[in-house]
Amino acid sequence: MEDMLFYDRLQFAFTITFHYIFPQLTMGLSLIIVYFKWKFLRNQIDKYNDAAKFLMKIFAINFTIGVVTGIPMEFQFGTNWAKFSELTGGIIGQTLAMEGLFSFFLESSFLVLFIFGEKLMSQKMHLFVAFLVFLGSWASGYLILATNAWMQHPVGYEILENGRYVLNNFGALFSNPWLLPAFLHNQFASLTTSAFVVASIGAFYILYGKYVDYGKMFLKTGVIFGLIASVILIFPTGDWNAKNVAKYQPAAFAAMEGIFETETAGSEIVLIGQPNMLEKKLDNKIAVPNVLSFLTYQDWNAEIAGMDKFKPDELPDNIPLLYYSYHIMAGLGTIFIGIMGLAAFFLYRKKLFTFKPLLWVIMFLVPFPYIANLLGWYVAELGRQPYLVYGLLRTADGISPTVSSGNTLFTLMGFMALYFLLGMLFLLLVGRVINHGPEDVQH
Amino acid sequence: MELFWYILIALFMAIFFVLDGYDFGVGIIHLFFAKEERDKVVVAKAAGLFWDSNEVWLVAAGGMLFMAFPVLYASAFSGFYLPLIMVLWLIIFRAIGLEFRNLLPYKMWHSLWDVSFGVSSLLLALFFGIALGNIARGVNLGNVVDGVATQESIYFFLPLWTNDFSPFHSSPGVIDWFTIIIGLISVLTLAIHGAAWIIHKTNASINEKLKTVITRLNIALVILTFFSLFVWQLIVPNSLDNFFSTPLLMVFPLIYFAALFGLFAHKKMKDVHRFYLTSLVIIGGITSTLASMFPVIMPSTNDVCESLTIYNASAANEGLSVAFVWGIIGVVLAIIYFIAQKRFRSGKIDDMDYGH
Repeated sequence: MEDMLFYDRLQFAFTITFHYIFPQLTMGLSLIIVYFKWKFLRNQIDKYNDAAKFLMKIFAINFTIGVVTGIPMEFQFGTNWAKFSELTGGIIGQTLAMEGLFSFFLESSFLVLFIFGEKLMSQKMHLFVAFLVFLGSWASGYLILATNAWMQHPVGYEILENGRYVLNNFGALFSNPWLLPAFLHNQFASLTTSAFVVASIGAFYILYGKYVDYGKMFLKTGVIFGLIASVILIFPTGDWNAKNVAKYQPAAFAAMEGIFETETAGSEIVLIGQPNMLEKKLDNKIAVPNVLSFLTYQDWNAEIAGMDKFKPDELPDNIPLLYYSYHIMAGLGTIFIGIMGLAAFFLYRKKLFTFKPLLWVIMFLVPFPYIANLLGWYVAELGRQPYLVYGLLRTADGISPTVSSGNTLFTLMGFMALYFLLGMLFLLLVGRVINHGPEDVQH
Repeated sequence: MELFWYILIALFMAIFFVLDGYDFGVGIIHLFFAKEERDKVVVAKAAGLFWDSNEVWLVAAGGMLFMAFPVLYASAFSGFYLPLIMVLWLIIFRAIGLEFRNLLPYKMWHSLWDVSFGVSSLLLALFFGIALGNIARGVNLGNVVDGVATQESIYFFLPLWTNDFSPFHSSPGVIDWFTIIIGLISVLTLAIHGAAWIIHKTNASINEKLKTVITRLNIALVILTFFSLFVWQLIVPNSLDNFFSTPLLMVFPLIYFAALFGLFAHKKMKDVHRFYLTSLVIIGGITSTLASMFPVIMPSTNDVCESLTIYNASAANEGLSVAFVWGIIGVVLAIIYFIAQKRFRSGKIDDMDYGH
């Protein structure tokens, strides 16, 4: 039984981690594409149109892999988490079905029209189609976040005698206090990833000396979008989410901040340190006193419950991973603001395009927003443990009762092999699009 | 309310098999008949341009199934664990075969993805048929051993096959010779459908030959259909009772057989009419199977655990009623998107300039 739970969780973690590499780019990129298309309509410079179509090519490859790795996510609710599906399908099925019916339809129908239909319509129409692709991908994010918000903070439900959950307030799914901050944080995180990708392609073209005009355009746009998005990530959206965790999941909050013991006179904020689960303390700790209390409650002396206040079976089951995920994410977010702020400063002084060290840094920065994005989701999902539906349904009680661990291990290995192949193909094909450059889009 | 969602999901599934069905069929035809390079490109394009906007119907149907019939979703998806995951892998292979085939200009690259696309299409058509066969035959709900359920009554787990591949066991495997027959019916149907689509959409040089192929495959399809009906009667003796108690339901098998036999006159038809006819074969086949089982959606092969029906496997009524409102809006929007694409979809593929 323990084995079954372990492999079910590992398979879900692996497949969702790989899957989420792709939607985070498509969600942010769709907005940047709308921006370029809009710029083209305003000033009629062809380069902007080329840029939009070039980015849509990268979008399309991402979208394909996002779709084919997304279908297994929907399926796995049934295949590996059958008990969870049986009990809660009446509720989370609502938002998941809406995602399929509204946003996925919208996004994929109009993506095809954008790529192949430009000659069949006016440029204004083409911009509108790009906007619909953007709308579809963000609506998709919203509905998935609504599903997740219900699992983090269940609302609008009733539990029947047989343990099944019944929806009694549809509106509550969308006015869930968890939803809006999580959605905004997630969308600006996607925008950060995409802006960094666009900036990185720009830096690459400038350094390589190819398509330099496009390179400057991409770099400038990427830096501006990237700076705005990464600031919003920390404040207000990140701050807002942290306060929600403190309020609704105090055990998760203690674990992610690394507070082992409650301090009555106000909690310190931990910057660096390694959780030592044997002695229940942080090794090599660097912390600033009372700051966490202030950030959370605007009161230097507010008491924050430490992990000692909770029963062991109420605490997340992988505290070190949760702690590291949170700290690395927050650390990277801070670094992003630093680098993009610096780039924006040089851009303002008109020196960015010739300042090579910074261009190199921006070019190689690309993996890090992806890492920060994924770790942000790890914080949300690990923090929710040991529950699937917070406070109500334990993760161990949600797995499929008839699927043995041997079967799950087999399929997990299959997914690993297949996704490895997909990952290589993705790099090959996106690399090729970038290498061909934006001028190639006419053919 | 259950009935509304049942019909809507069935409708979405039927649309999926009509639309994405021709993609599978094109893959099968591609594997066996497209030999010249130009044909290969054109035929692959006949599927490649549309597969993802066709696949949305499956995703939407899956989502609605989860919402409206969570018990069925949980039971069937965990019970058919291995075959379902393999279907996922095949969907991935097929998609990357189609999407990435034309991105590199090398012959070896093309051959690789052509075969990947063809083989995965063939296997998917077979697997979908086998799935339908399993639902028609029933499963050992509750994993009953010697008259005692070893699981909750809604759960089961099927091995891929049993030693003798017999459908007459009380606990059969996913693959037995009955489900294989249904699988072959599915392959034949979709191959015919795909061929009709290729003739309709392209000027490939194999089109004349494909017309003869359609007639031949159709003969095999007729024989297998009657044989499977006979076997089905032996396995599930009351499988056709619904049609006698509610004669109105006969309209579904009538559509199926009318389209099936009408297809023998296909050489005289317009290309698009041939395609409509093969679509009707698919719609008629799926709806007839569902109608004969109604209201059961997952029959039990034992007497201990009762079959899942649309009433005991559904979500509570409150949720279904709320979803009714957004469901209607969603369907209307889906139809609007489909029409918006239609102008772009019309015409022969090889005459079109897609700026690719």
